Amino acid sequence: MVRAQIFHSHIAFLTLLKKEIIRFKKVAFHTVAAPVLSSLLYLIVFGAVLEERIVVSGSYSYLDFLVPGLVMMAVLQNAFANTSSSFIQSKITGTLSFILMPPLSSTQIALAYVLSATLRGLFVGLCVWVGTMFWVRPTIENFVWIAVFALQGAMMMATLGLITAIWADRYEQMGVIQNFIIMPLTFLSGVFYSTKALPETWQQLTFFNPMFYLIDGFRGGFLGGFETSPWESALWGSVALVLCFSGAVLLLKMGFKIRQ
Amino acid sequence: MQRFAIEIDQLEKTYKNGFQALKGISLKVEEGDFFALLGPNGAGKSTLINTLAGLVLPTKGSVKVLGKDIVSDRVAASMNLGVVAQEIIYDPFLSVRETLRFQSGYYGLAKNDDWIDELLNELGLQDKAQTPTRLLSGGMKRRVLVAQALVHKPPVIVLDEPTAGVDVELRHQLWKFIGRLHQMGHTVILTTHYLEEAQNLCSNVAILNHGEIVAQDKTDRLLKTFEQSTVQFRLTNAELPKELASKVLRQQNHNYVLSFADTKDLDGILQALLKANVTPENLTLSQASLEDVFVKLLSE
Repeated sequence: MVRAQIFHSHIAFLTLLKKEIIRFKKVAFHTVAAPVLSSLLYLIVFGAVLEERIVVSGSYSYLDFLVPGLVMMAVLQNAFANTSSSFIQSKITGTLSFILMPPLSSTQIALAYVLSATLRGLFVGLCVWVGTMFWVRPTIENFVWIAVFALQGAMMMATLGLITAIWADRYEQMGVIQNFIIMPLTFLSGVFYSTKALPETWQQLTFFNPMFYLIDGFRGGFLGGFETSPWESALWGSVALVLCFSGAVLLLKMGFKIRQ
Repeated sequence: MQRFAIEIDQLEKTYKNGFQALKGISLKVEEGDFFALLGPNGAGKSTLINTLAGLVLPTKGSVKVLGKDIVSDRVAASMNLGVVAQEIIYDPFLSVRETLRFQSGYYGLAKNDDWIDELLNELGLQDKAQTPTRLLSGGMKRRVLVAQALVHKPPVIVLDEPTAGVDVELRHQLWKFIGRLHQMGHTVILTTHYLEEAQNLCSNVAILNHGEIVAQDKTDRLLKTFEQSTVQFRLTNAELPKELASKVLRQQNHNYVLSFADTKDLDGILQALLKANVTPENLTLSQASLEDVFVKLLSE
């Protein structure tokens, strides 16, 4: 009689990770070049128009202030876009069954999706940053904070993208989350302005926006000044990340909206 | 203790919308068997197969593949199993070879090119290895799906309508290959709408209807029990003698199909026609077919 082959779990995980990376590499024009272009357009338009009008505290200019915000926005949006679009696409086309039938565990599936999306987010962010050097001289105060918040932010958004795609049944529902929740939260997180320039009420509201802490911590790594304590942001961010990731794994384990 | 390729115990599935697709099915398929799972559309065949594949979660009951429970021992169960799904699905980003390499990887196999090449050859895909799957015809895409389900050489192979929408040549090629795998010791379970295929290939049959198993036996025994052989003829200018009415299986205009158990029975039919002075035209005899069994069972 025929015997089954032995399952090497790490190979299964690395294969899925590789496949997810290849997926966005194959459509890099759409997944990398396009977001880099739009970020640089923000820089040109906002930089040119607002440079003289917006006052930011400290010794740096508005463009210095804007660059880290734009880079982080690119990181966050692309990490979210990668998991969400890749997962919902395989769900709708049915190719998800190709990874649901093999013995891959839910943790492996979630981790492969999140890590590949993190990679895309960080790569797009890096490209945006390099692109901004044509206009703005780069400054780096503390590389560790930059790395911590970039990684944390990318993983967080990748996880949220995965959860959204697990939940959504149609592309349209994905779009609703992306345009009505993710976009407003990023735009109102202090990418384009300092919260200190806001009226009291708006300032208070901003403190409820988790993206604010990610962008503030990340920008602090470049410019040196933080509006909130980076230690606290990083700590709460890690807690939120662990909770969300566990949630995603749990949903996959339950087969929520994936296994009938 | 005898090991079964598939052991299903009191399996029930009720979907979220309340539809009960499987109503407590118990089924055992022996290791090394060539088994047909038959039934009309909506009988629950695909639900059953998708439950094996882990794509549908059972509401009640248990399923074991070569002794491994699909829920509590999922890794072992899924290494034992290869399922060819009914719908044609493919990854639009990948070529045929990439598809098969990735699928091997998901089963934990790093270097599998020898077997992949063999699969490509056996399924007539060797020229298409570098082609993106999305550019292939429907029949070719189905071959890729078959190859994909076999990348890890699973001891138990399940094919959900592998020959639907497939031309004659591929059908032959496919069955030859599956037959070879069966000879090598793989257990093969299939569903098909071509009952002739099932009759020729499979030694055991189960028939599913409305989520229940209505018959399960060795193919030849099922044919014997359920249906006698038939005699067909045409009566243009006469009525069928009344004493033969009980033997009519089907009637369409002037064409009659009557069943008989043995030669003596057949002799009786012919005598009755002769006595009534009725001349049958186009008289033919035929063996029982699975199709007759199927039609009879489902009309009950």
